[in-house]
Amino acid sequence: MLRDITLGQFFPGKTLIHNLDPRTKLIFTVIYFVALFISGSFVSYAIILVFLSVCITISHIRLKVIMKGMKPLLIIIVMTSILNLFYTKGEPIVSFWIIKLTYEGIRNALFMILRIFLLITGTFLLTYTTSPMQLTDGLESLLSPLKKIKVPVHELSMMMSIALRFIPTLIEETDKIMSAQKARGADFETGNLIQKAKAMLPLLIPLFISAFRRADELAVAMECRCYHGGAGRTKLKRLVMKNRDFLALMAGAVLFGITLLFNSLGI
Amino acid sequence: MAPIIKTEKLNHLYSAGTPFERLAIKDIDFEAEQGEFIGIIGHTGSGKSTFIQHLNGLLKPTSGKVLFNDTDIWESKAYVRDVRFKVGLVFQYPEYQLFEETVYKDIAFGPKNMRLTENEIDLRVHEAADFVGIEHELLDKSPFELSGGQKRRIAIAGVIAMRPDILILDEPTAGLDPRGRDMIIGNIRSYHEKMKSTVILVTHNMEEIARSVQRLVVFESGSILMNGTPAEIFMQGDKLQKIGLAVPEITRVIMRLRELGLPLNPSIFTVEQATEALLNLKGGRKRA
Repeated sequence: MLRDITLGQFFPGKTLIHNLDPRTKLIFTVIYFVALFISGSFVSYAIILVFLSVCITISHIRLKVIMKGMKPLLIIIVMTSILNLFYTKGEPIVSFWIIKLTYEGIRNALFMILRIFLLITGTFLLTYTTSPMQLTDGLESLLSPLKKIKVPVHELSMMMSIALRFIPTLIEETDKIMSAQKARGADFETGNLIQKAKAMLPLLIPLFISAFRRADELAVAMECRCYHGGAGRTKLKRLVMKNRDFLALMAGAVLFGITLLFNSLGI
Repeated sequence: MAPIIKTEKLNHLYSAGTPFERLAIKDIDFEAEQGEFIGIIGHTGSGKSTFIQHLNGLLKPTSGKVLFNDTDIWESKAYVRDVRFKVGLVFQYPEYQLFEETVYKDIAFGPKNMRLTENEIDLRVHEAADFVGIEHELLDKSPFELSGGQKRRIAIAGVIAMRPDILILDEPTAGLDPRGRDMIIGNIRSYHEKMKSTVILVTHNMEEIARSVQRLVVFESGSILMNGTPAEIFMQGDKLQKIGLAVPEITRVIMRLRELGLPLNPSIFTVEQATEALLNLKGGRKRA
């Protein structure tokens, strides 16, 4: 069912990770990503893995939820690791017909699996513990220096939050229209590609019309409340960096330093 | 006579296996005869919309059976599709599903999916337009140029054009003005009388249901709470009020008059019946 999509889903909570400033979490995620990409030794991966496990434990996000979100990406992980396994040059350990298994290949494949896994889990941790509203607020605040070179940062973040806000609404609407057209005998499943594309028309046209209608209604509602863009706008919930945020950023810097160290040592 | 549609121990579980799991309807046993006019009332979230979507196979029951003419509708894929044409379902706010360039093409969408001949489709489109009172000049217009009430009637015509044996309507009058409401209820009644088909009407409006239906089914938190003629149901006004539903206003007036000591029949639920009863009472006193 369409409803069961879990894309960037947010799980409300009151843990330390939930309470961090979204800017901290965004900067932290960037540091984490860079650390992940430069690290190339087992020890550095292990350190990152331990660190991530600690964060997940603190955030009370269940491992089952993360594994469930990982499922659709399984194919990508398997494909890349297979490619790495067989297409890396090096000393062959086993060679059979055209297939050569090398030590470097196994190493690369394992690293790739770890890297993708850590990358995705890190992103999940961010979206699971930060509400979309906080996320866009954080982005707006981090990108605000760009206002100096006339980038409409506020407008962009407003668009982003509206888009995020309307995803569930549109999914619900799609479900409803689909049922209604099915009740008149519409068939969305059978037929070749062209027939299938044609069968989507009775779904897409009402969906687009309703999206435009909603956009229009929302614009009127915003104008009624005197919305006039970002200039001079104050916030109900202002983002304030607290001690815990500085501590978290320091932890991030330490993590980065350790990864670099072990990397340069090559262990 | 065997019922045209019947459900046995129907259950539906939403989001099974997740923390959001919720039992929408439980153990629904329901029957409808050929040609019956049935009303379904109940709170928002009482499971009535979920229930009606089982009758034409849009939702598959978690457990239990839906029998159309004594055959399980999920027996084969082809049969479910067939049942969708025989059990016509008009959703809430159906005007939001219109999509074709002209009113004609939109009404013809259902019959076309039934693979009928061009002549037959033409016949059915005009017949359906007549039922909902849409003038034939409007058939060549774009549905998006028309008023809200007209759009709603066109959407209903789109289902009527399939000539379903059972016509189910989910709150067909929601958000319309009184004139639009009367018109649609009139259209549905005349369809019921002329085609002798079964009609199931889901609504919140007690007045309109009191006038039209022969039998009333009350849904409450996923189960059928009451099932009987409007007179039987509205006599139990307390029970209805307890679950947050109201009896027709005129029934409330009659109940109050009874409390004040007037000997009135408690099963009055239309203004016409009330007028007659009160006139009788007055005449009776004069004679005494």
